[in-house]
Amino acid sequence: MERPIRVLVAKPGLDGHDRGAKVIARALRDAGMEVIYTGLRQTPEQIVEAAIQEDVDVVAMSILSGAHNTLFPKVVNLLKERGVTDRLIVGGGVIPEDDIPFLISSGVEAIFTPGTSTKDVVEFIKTHVKRQ
Amino acid sequence: MYNEDKLDKILSSYQNWEDNKIAKLIEKFPERKKTFTTGSGLEVKRLYTPVDIKDIDYEEEIGYPGQFPFTRGVQPTMYRGRLWTMRQYAGFATAEESNKRYKYLLEQGQTGLSVAFDLPTQIGYDSDHPLSEGEVGKVGVAIDSLKDMEILFDGIPLDKVSTSMTINAPASVLLAMYIAVAEKQGVTTDKLRGTIQNDILKEYIARGTYIFPPEESMRLITNIFEYCSKYVPQWNTISISGYHIREAGSTAAQEVAFTLADGIAYVEAAINAGLEVDEFAPRLSFFFNAHNDLLEEVAKFRAARRLWAKIMRDRFKAKSEKSMQLKFHTQTAGSTLTAQQPDNNIVRVAIQTLAAVLGGTQSLHTNSRDEALALPTEDSVMIALRTQQIVAYESGVTETIDPLAGSYYIESLTDKIEKEAMEYIKNIDNLGGATKAIETGYIQKEIQNSAYKYQMQVESGERVVVGVNKFKIEENHKKEILKVDPQVEIVQKKKLQRLRQERDNVKVKESIDMLVEKAKTDENLMPYILEAVKSYATLGEICGALREVFGEYEQSVIL
Repeated sequence: MERPIRVLVAKPGLDGHDRGAKVIARALRDAGMEVIYTGLRQTPEQIVEAAIQEDVDVVAMSILSGAHNTLFPKVVNLLKERGVTDRLIVGGGVIPEDDIPFLISSGVEAIFTPGTSTKDVVEFIKTHVKRQ
Repeated sequence: MYNEDKLDKILSSYQNWEDNKIAKLIEKFPERKKTFTTGSGLEVKRLYTPVDIKDIDYEEEIGYPGQFPFTRGVQPTMYRGRLWTMRQYAGFATAEESNKRYKYLLEQGQTGLSVAFDLPTQIGYDSDHPLSEGEVGKVGVAIDSLKDMEILFDGIPLDKVSTSMTINAPASVLLAMYIAVAEKQGVTTDKLRGTIQNDILKEYIARGTYIFPPEESMRLITNIFEYCSKYVPQWNTISISGYHIREAGSTAAQEVAFTLADGIAYVEAAINAGLEVDEFAPRLSFFFNAHNDLLEEVAKFRAARRLWAKIMRDRFKAKSEKSMQLKFHTQTAGSTLTAQQPDNNIVRVAIQTLAAVLGGTQSLHTNSRDEALALPTEDSVMIALRTQQIVAYESGVTETIDPLAGSYYIESLTDKIEKEAMEYIKNIDNLGGATKAIETGYIQKEIQNSAYKYQMQVESGERVVVGVNKFKIEENHKKEILKVDPQVEIVQKKKLQRLRQERDNVKVKESIDMLVEKAKTDENLMPYILEAVKSYATLGEICGALREVFGEYEQSVIL
């Protein structure tokens, strides 16, 4: 049997809006994935550590405070520094359209903005996950 | 409310209508859905009649505005006397920038201020703390010390405005800064009017800006109750908030239930700290959400008022009517705003404004159309404020008190929400109260279940969100949005560096040492926090010292 996809759902930064993160976590789980949720206020270092420890295939981050341009790329870079380049990294939250090209170019492979269906997120992860 | 004969007649004529008119008709033309529900999922009947409210005693349950149980409003004349306070939540970047926005809002006819702090401030970190990286000035204004607070209120006379501050874990520090600014302006504390949110329980439940564990947090909160009852008598010492509980996905009835359960916990904590209920209870205030289901929301506000009045009278034996009045601020529902076709949000906000006003709110913040995209622009804030003014001056709903009372549907729904909320409060009591129910994750789990159910209904199309799952269009997303300059963080760090060089560091150390000393005793900490603030100790230093003594809250992560 195929191994289920393992996902770390993470809340970097200080904001406490975790409705989206929790709904996504549950939807991914209902879609058959194994989900680890970090809880609030995780530093990029903590997220990277958890991603490695938990040996996840996907890191899915959520920010609603506007700190995405600082924190998302930092997670990508820290993973690279640790030699981890085969994980799918995605992000979501209240993120202005204008910021998306920068985030994509820095290694976040998709940004999901408000109104996204959880089905689309599941689909994207299934088709883009790198390790199988 | 009707005599038996009359009710029997209505019951039979109603049956007649169902049998003869409806039955045949819906055979040919079925209704749009099998079951109809409110925004929160309560079942809605085809028609409400006097039969639905036959058990509601007018005098006992509905009554008169300004009288127990306050179902119809807390003030005797409501908006005929004075309109609600139009209070737009604002703050971003630096104190200088926010000060400009406040002055602009006051010029536009806004009648009270509402300060948004950035996340580092809300969690008690200075702008140069490592965890503050990327967050400085983003969701609100960065306040590191009394210096910033002086700039924030520069040229705004604190005896003339009322100020609401969305601050919780470090509420005592920000209140102390406000008092210190007032003193510098020559304004005595008895003249100060405003509110601090100061509601830590809902931070654990839904909002996330907690610092200290429950017991220590409750101590800081009751310290404020006691201090303000003596020195800042016009200050609302807490704003017990359902807003964020609802934003996190709760239903309307859960919003009422969990908020009032938190309220019960605060009242109990204060009584346990030796305070008299009628001394502090009149300064308790509440904060609710206004969603799209107009009639359900109106019923919710009425139910909350009635239930709180009963709790205060019967459970806590309050004597003063003021202790029984649930006064509340409302904000329209951020979570209902869509990033798609954002101008549609103006209409949503207008409906939510009506809900708040028909529900008898004391103050209101209307969201701006672009808040699903970023912080609002000045133009968007203007439309949001104008929405309130149009409802206030043009809609006519303000001319009589509680105009929806007596509607068979509204009264029946008010009753239903009250009963459901009472059921939840009973469950929470059985778990040992709100703090325990949070620690075990009961409240969070209930909210998460509702949030997930809602999301699934949207995705199945069962629940329509215009522009999101129906009536979609291709959009050009190049909308003008507000961006906080990344320079803000650098500027704020420099200001902080300068402050640390220029202030009297011996005095700072003494005041912090004293605070640490007193934190280990049972003394009220407010005077010592005030001293520390006046010595220009920073927020991070003060909260850091208290972190050392109190420890930090560990979130219980529940999925």
